[in-house]
Amino acid sequence: MKKKDDSMRLSIDAKNLGYRELNLKIRNFLNGSGRGNDIGYEGNGDNCSREVTIKNALGHRYIGDGLKGDALINVYGTPGNDLGAFMDGPTLEIFGNGQDGIGNTMNSGKIIVHGDVGDILGYSMRGGEIYIEKSIGFRGGIHMKSYREKVPVLVIGGSAGNFLGEYMAGGIIILLGLHKREKAALPFAGKTDIIGNYTGTGMHGGKIYVRGNIEDYKLGKEVRKSVAGKDDLDLLDRYVTAYCSLFNIDRKKIPVSSFLKLIPCSYRPYGKLYAY
Amino acid sequence: MNRLNNINKINRNTQEYFSRFRIPSGCAVFGVVNESGERFSGQMVMDGISVMHERSNGLGGGFAAYGIYPGFEDDWVFHVFYDDMETKRQTEDEIARNFKILFGEEIPTVKISQIVNPPVIYRYFLKSKRNGDAFETEEDSIMDFVMHVNRDIRGAYIVSSGKNMGIFKGVGFPEDIGRFFKLDQYKGHLWTSHGRFPTNSVGWWGGAHPFGLLNWSVVHNGEISSFGTNKRFVSRFGYECTLSTDTEVITYLLDLLVRKQKIDIELVHLILASPLWEDIERMPVKERDILKALRILYGSALLNGPFSIIAGSSDFMYALNDRIKLRPLVAARKDRYLFISSEEAPIRRICASPDHLWHPDGGEPVIGIVRKKEIKKEIKSVRKIQDNKKFTKLVNTEMISLNKSRGDLNGSGIKAI
Repeated sequence: MKKKDDSMRLSIDAKNLGYRELNLKIRNFLNGSGRGNDIGYEGNGDNCSREVTIKNALGHRYIGDGLKGDALINVYGTPGNDLGAFMDGPTLEIFGNGQDGIGNTMNSGKIIVHGDVGDILGYSMRGGEIYIEKSIGFRGGIHMKSYREKVPVLVIGGSAGNFLGEYMAGGIIILLGLHKREKAALPFAGKTDIIGNYTGTGMHGGKIYVRGNIEDYKLGKEVRKSVAGKDDLDLLDRYVTAYCSLFNIDRKKIPVSSFLKLIPCSYRPYGKLYAY
Repeated sequence: MNRLNNINKINRNTQEYFSRFRIPSGCAVFGVVNESGERFSGQMVMDGISVMHERSNGLGGGFAAYGIYPGFEDDWVFHVFYDDMETKRQTEDEIARNFKILFGEEIPTVKISQIVNPPVIYRYFLKSKRNGDAFETEEDSIMDFVMHVNRDIRGAYIVSSGKNMGIFKGVGFPEDIGRFFKLDQYKGHLWTSHGRFPTNSVGWWGGAHPFGLLNWSVVHNGEISSFGTNKRFVSRFGYECTLSTDTEVITYLLDLLVRKQKIDIELVHLILASPLWEDIERMPVKERDILKALRILYGSALLNGPFSIIAGSSDFMYALNDRIKLRPLVAARKDRYLFISSEEAPIRRICASPDHLWHPDGGEPVIGIVRKKEIKKEIKSVRKIQDNKKFTKLVNTEMISLNKSRGDLNGSGIKAI
């Protein structure tokens, strides 16, 4: 890695900053200007590879939103909703838990979270990669989509709540199931699980890989089980290896042969809904 | 804040009032309970909810606090909003006829620029002298009185009517409302709070959350699509919705189910957010029968639509999501504290490293029970698994006969639907 001088790094203590001030500081630095404008960062030439470290993030919304280029942004604390929305290039690494709406309509780049995240992870995501060390809430990967070379990828180390891959139109979700969810509500109290109900409801594109088997009733009506082929195994190997190296996990613990593949039954599940 | 100009002079049933406040868009809910009953300052809750400033829009904020009036532990406390002094005189006459007033005062507030046009705000510490014959319990007579004032005296609203608890709310951001009411100077063992973003109802002082009745308080993010059905259901038991928003019906449902019908709080979600039919169909036959019976009997008490709520009472804090989790909810435990929030950040603000932190499933309640006397052993399970025995007991007891008889529910007066 190229050695960076101090002008290429910035450390921000977010403690007494509102989210607007914080995001403006990040943008101005990545723009290479001290001026108070609010335009997107266009990465080019020397401006590339700048690194921002944010400390004491606490509910600050919209970090990394709409940023371009290949900057690196490290976040310590608990960043707020819509992290990395519309992001197009940079790498965001979160040392802590994330909240809701991470990677909303993200276009390219990478988000790495050392912890859990909330609901609607990767909402409408259209490119780039998201790695979550532990578990996610409801509706992960809702309405992800892909187009030609743009194929978004979600890798989830732990478990996922209900409606994983809801209305999914493209892209890849990989669920490793290394951490289980424990149910607390009667009459289900005490049961543990790696995936919730209604998985892939309304799914009409893309692929979901789940380590281990799952009961049929957990699948939405629009999705079916399938067997992973050679291409699938290669792809799984690539992303599982990446996950393991990011979070220091023994690669041998996760054999790619143990994955189940879920694909949509139809590419137009509701095509006949209103046609009589 | 033009839309707040002269707002007290506009009849809140009019389109003009409504149009000033209808801003389409989230809400913030936040609650803390110390399960040992140790009291702590309202500042903690104000700090927490302020992190979620963006979830509110300044049209409503409020707090419910339990254990704040230890000098009046066994007396009723009313917090009342008056539009004017004439209404106050009229209401105080009514109160004096029905209660022995131990102490009454204007609730201390501090003038701050963020809070404009507050109503006249009083509190009264009371002993009931209502004739008990007409009512089954003293609580019922209090409830009847509150309903009467809120319905019949124009411009007077009893916003809080419990014992050793109080609701402080108004139009503004919650952190400002907290400063306005000087909540840093109160200590309680259970606090809930709310930042409001009114969507389908008006933002006015009485309409801010929490909603309270007797010892209950409810804060709510979302909307109750089944409001009409629920409202008709509770009206059969003497509850009238007078505050023009959907949250109050949740308060009345909890009072009906838990106080009047004595349903265990750990089973209430089987009614308010019952398992879906397909989940019920997969259960063993006995469990299936009882859940079907509950759905049939309490069909009109099911809360539909997107919501996350935190309810407070003197003994516990209770949080619940809608069944498919269309609103956020995060919970955490640290020692004897339970935190519940719309987002994780506020919890981290006041407790940097909780013992456990989790995202409850849709329809999965989070319950913190206050046990003042016995200090319970450390909670082993992450989410504090509820007692499965309670459900087994429900399945095996007399309630199973409901499904067959469809008659009276154990003399509680509820007819099967």
